[in-house]
Amino acid sequence: MLNQLTISELTAKLGNREVSAREAMQACLGQVSRVDGELHAFISHDDNDALAQADAADKEISNGTTHSQKPLLGVPIAVKDVLSVKGQPLNCCSKILGKFISPYDATVVERLKAAGAIVFGRLNMDEFAMGSSTENSAFGVTKNPWDKTRIPGGSSGGSAAAVAADECLASIGSDTGGSIRQPAALCGCVGLKPTYGRVSRYGLVAFASSLDQIGPFTKDVRDSATVLEAISGLDPRDSTSVPQPVPKYSSALNGEIKGLKLGLPKEYMIGGMDPEVKQAVDAAVKQLEKMGAEIVEISLPHTDYAAATYYIIAPAEASANLARFDGIRYCDRVEGGDLADLYMKTRGAGFGPEVKRRIILGTYVLSSGYYDAYYLRAQKVRTLIRQDFLNAFEKVDAVITPTTPTPAFKIGEKSDDPLQMYLSDIFTISCNLAGIPGISIPCGFTANPKLPIGLQLLGKPFGEETILKIAHAYEQSTDWHKQKPAL
Amino acid sequence: MSATDFDVKYVANLARVALTPAEEEKLGSQINSILGYIEKLKELDVTNVEPTAHAVPLINVVRPDEIRPGLDNEEALRNAPSKANGLFVVPKIVE
Repeated sequence: MLNQLTISELTAKLGNREVSAREAMQACLGQVSRVDGELHAFISHDDNDALAQADAADKEISNGTTHSQKPLLGVPIAVKDVLSVKGQPLNCCSKILGKFISPYDATVVERLKAAGAIVFGRLNMDEFAMGSSTENSAFGVTKNPWDKTRIPGGSSGGSAAAVAADECLASIGSDTGGSIRQPAALCGCVGLKPTYGRVSRYGLVAFASSLDQIGPFTKDVRDSATVLEAISGLDPRDSTSVPQPVPKYSSALNGEIKGLKLGLPKEYMIGGMDPEVKQAVDAAVKQLEKMGAEIVEISLPHTDYAAATYYIIAPAEASANLARFDGIRYCDRVEGGDLADLYMKTRGAGFGPEVKRRIILGTYVLSSGYYDAYYLRAQKVRTLIRQDFLNAFEKVDAVITPTTPTPAFKIGEKSDDPLQMYLSDIFTISCNLAGIPGISIPCGFTANPKLPIGLQLLGKPFGEETILKIAHAYEQSTDWHKQKPAL
Repeated sequence: MSATDFDVKYVANLARVALTPAEEEKLGSQINSILGYIEKLKELDVTNVEPTAHAVPLINVVRPDEIRPGLDNEEALRNAPSKANGLFVVPKIVE
């Protein structure tokens, strides 16, 4: 089954003409039609467009283009419904955008296409990427492929479920407080959030501009390196993208982790952590130690303030970014008595509860008289949190933590308690505040039901090579990433 | 910065989001409990700490002031809820 392959396996077969890109694309679409009725990872997919791209890739291959020239040639990659793909719908899984069609490609999409990928499908997510379960999607929840009564995580739940269910070879998501790493952990795939500024956000619908990053979901670490290499780099259209050369990430995957220092933050050993998660992470740490890494206990003293800081900064930035959804240039307009009334009604009808909650919270913390007490204070605490990591990286090469405190929870379990939902992201939020890269890889399963557990590695700014190298070395010594859900 | 003076109706109006009375009640109490949690930042002494706006600060990213291609008129209007004569149609705002 071609849809079950990794990118490196498929490109090897495409390269020696054993299989065609059309066959690979058909295998993915076949899997989508077989399993996605129930899983609902995709909110839409344009099969004709996908097959036309596959045919174009086959033509290029037969004309002699190689995978060293175009590393993703003929590889089906699906994208989260928050990235613009020219001529395709863009909804951010909200009602408000109506029948919006993207007028241009996001830079990430442009780069995937330039590398030869078949970019297809719109993947489910929490509305405007706000949430940890995809339950906030206006298009209905995505189910976890390992247990369909449970959430896949979020906000990029569709991106994680689609990779875990072999509906695509890889997918793209965005991560503002854990939205790539948390669903990757809960669905059992590899999810990477690059350093802030590593990947251009041009064509990504902005949620919290000082935190958002785009990154890949893949079936193994090598594929993560391959996709990251294709999408990274300076882009004049995103002034926050950083003029730093893009290394050949896959060359770093040499298994040499002897002597690398891994920091174990004592603040992450909290009460309320699931015992099976703790056990799996402890075992992974021991395994890495056995392989030659040195484990060092470190302290990130402001960890306990990260969630409160995040839930000021992210809603504040969201309230400003989402002002553009006003029913004038796009959106389903609801007419009103005057302009203000039109805005109120359009936004009242178009946004779901979580988006309203965050816009109102964000407006409040930015409002006159409260700015200093909330937003400015949060930005100062953010400095302390970032400094904690920079201090730790004086002593260690990477930080190692669980990705989430528990495995996937039940659909509906936390949907009525926003604060509890927010606290499910406590291990992933600091990374965005500090602007550093983080990766989640499978490190085991709970016993009954069988649910994936994720291990998180956090690196220095632009230290993607190091965390990929450690993740890859660990992965090679286990078979967690090879286990598949029964679908 | 007591959360008790949070007035959901007033802030929803600032945010230009119409709420039903039921939403006002539910969102109001949920936001109050979030604000209660956020209060913990007051425990920290942040005197002399500089705020972080962006984790990777870049100063004054500029480009040459040259005309570049952009969306054409038809593409720019493609998703407009109301348009006429190559323009967005908006409610009358000047009497």
